[in-house]
Amino acid sequence: MDIAFIIEKFILVAVIFGISLVIAMYSTYAERKVAAYLQDRLGPDRAGPFGILQPLADGLKMFMKEEIIPTTSSKWLFIVGPGLALLCACIGTAVIPWGSPMLIGGKVVPLQVSDINVGVLYIFGVVSLGVYGVMIGGWASNNKYSLLSAIRAASQNISYEIAMGLSIIALLLMTNTLSLKEIVDQQHGFNWNVWYQPLGFLIFMVCSFAETNRAPFDLPECETELIGGYHTEYSSMKLGFYLFAEYINMFVSSAVMATLYFGGYNYPGMDSMATLLGPTWAPLFGTAILFGKIFFFIFFFMWVRWTIPRFRYDQLMNLGWKGLIPLAIANIIITGVVIAIIEKF
Amino acid sequence: MGTQVFYFVATLSIIFSLMVIFAKNPIHSVLYLILTFFTFTVHYVLLNAQFLAVVNFIVYMGAIMVLFLFVLMLLNLNKETEPVKSPLIKIVGVIAGCCLIVTLVGSFKAVSINSPLILKDPGLGLVENLGKELFGPFLLPFELSSLLLLAAMVGAVLLSKRDEVEA
Repeated sequence: MDIAFIIEKFILVAVIFGISLVIAMYSTYAERKVAAYLQDRLGPDRAGPFGILQPLADGLKMFMKEEIIPTTSSKWLFIVGPGLALLCACIGTAVIPWGSPMLIGGKVVPLQVSDINVGVLYIFGVVSLGVYGVMIGGWASNNKYSLLSAIRAASQNISYEIAMGLSIIALLLMTNTLSLKEIVDQQHGFNWNVWYQPLGFLIFMVCSFAETNRAPFDLPECETELIGGYHTEYSSMKLGFYLFAEYINMFVSSAVMATLYFGGYNYPGMDSMATLLGPTWAPLFGTAILFGKIFFFIFFFMWVRWTIPRFRYDQLMNLGWKGLIPLAIANIIITGVVIAIIEKF
Repeated sequence: MGTQVFYFVATLSIIFSLMVIFAKNPIHSVLYLILTFFTFTVHYVLLNAQFLAVVNFIVYMGAIMVLFLFVLMLLNLNKETEPVKSPLIKIVGVIAGCCLIVTLVGSFKAVSINSPLILKDPGLGLVENLGKELFGPFLLPFELSSLLLLAAMVGAVLLSKRDEVEA
């Protein structure tokens, strides 16, 4: 491990971290603008031109608010909760390949922090860890509504993790690898996995809506039943962390969907573009394409939020256990049979 | 460097597992247990068993401990509601603990711990090799254990189902 390697990775991590924070920040703005558009309103337009300084104003407001830690709460866990939520949201970006290796000053730099050979499982592990932030925060608040909401969140996440895992298994049967880098490279050009796994993608997408606690699965923060949800007792930047974690989660799961099913940084005609732009700019163009896909998915998250009403709790559980899991298992069987037939002939 | 990391993580595992026992609050206990499992994950990575590491992470830290936490939060146990144990139970516990220590020390003496265990194949823990092992020489035990798990699952569902007549 030489020093250049460490510096290179450090810069990459810093850039990715910065980009995810900025995207999460502007997702809040985009959400309000999309909501306004869908509801025939204007949305925020006071802070700066078109209101683009609104996220900064919101952030400043969060920082300036009084920080309250309830006297009956477990103080340390109350602080750990939001921190853990944000941490779990951020570390998922480490294994996502953001672009093909790029030539900078005569040196080939991979645009991926770490290409571990169990990348898909790592993502899955991070997702399953994410629920602790909510649970710990909800319990530490020592408030019945927070606790109920935390338990709802936990049961929802566990239920949908199963269907999510099963939908990934069908994909892995095809790709024969757990490394995200290899999965992306297999989808060269327009050979995207979504053409082979449309059902798997659908299940995965529904589950990622549930895992990020986004509408129509945002039961953990159902105002009419639970006041504010698991963050009822939170104020100031700790509340900000929870809200921020949701948007980062949305960004990461969009990136995972784009990587697993929509070819990552691959696009039709990428070979001719590679010769046209050269080894430095072509990977950057691919990265821009990947971000285009990610932005589309983030928009999709918002679009659904303002279109479909929230599920009832029993409907949520029915969909998860009786709808998605059998579908995912059927998908695995079909995929397996088709692969066996193709290999036979 | 590997040895230092191992001793550091091993110390952490011991500290956290002691905290599991000594924590007064059951929720804190479970949280320390999660940290203990996390140090185990690091141990697996140090042993080059990446698949086992990540599965330990997902299954134990991500799923089983969430359920533990879940039940404890619903029960809302705390110091006041904890039943006071009679001195007789405490004495029995001490005797059982001493017996366990004697057994452990005896077994450590029997196994010569001075000779370190060296893996024949350092790549065994990688997904591909592990899969080939599981579905090759160990296919029958693997399938049998999956049947066992299925039976346990069906049993749990059956137990939790109410009697039709009663309902």
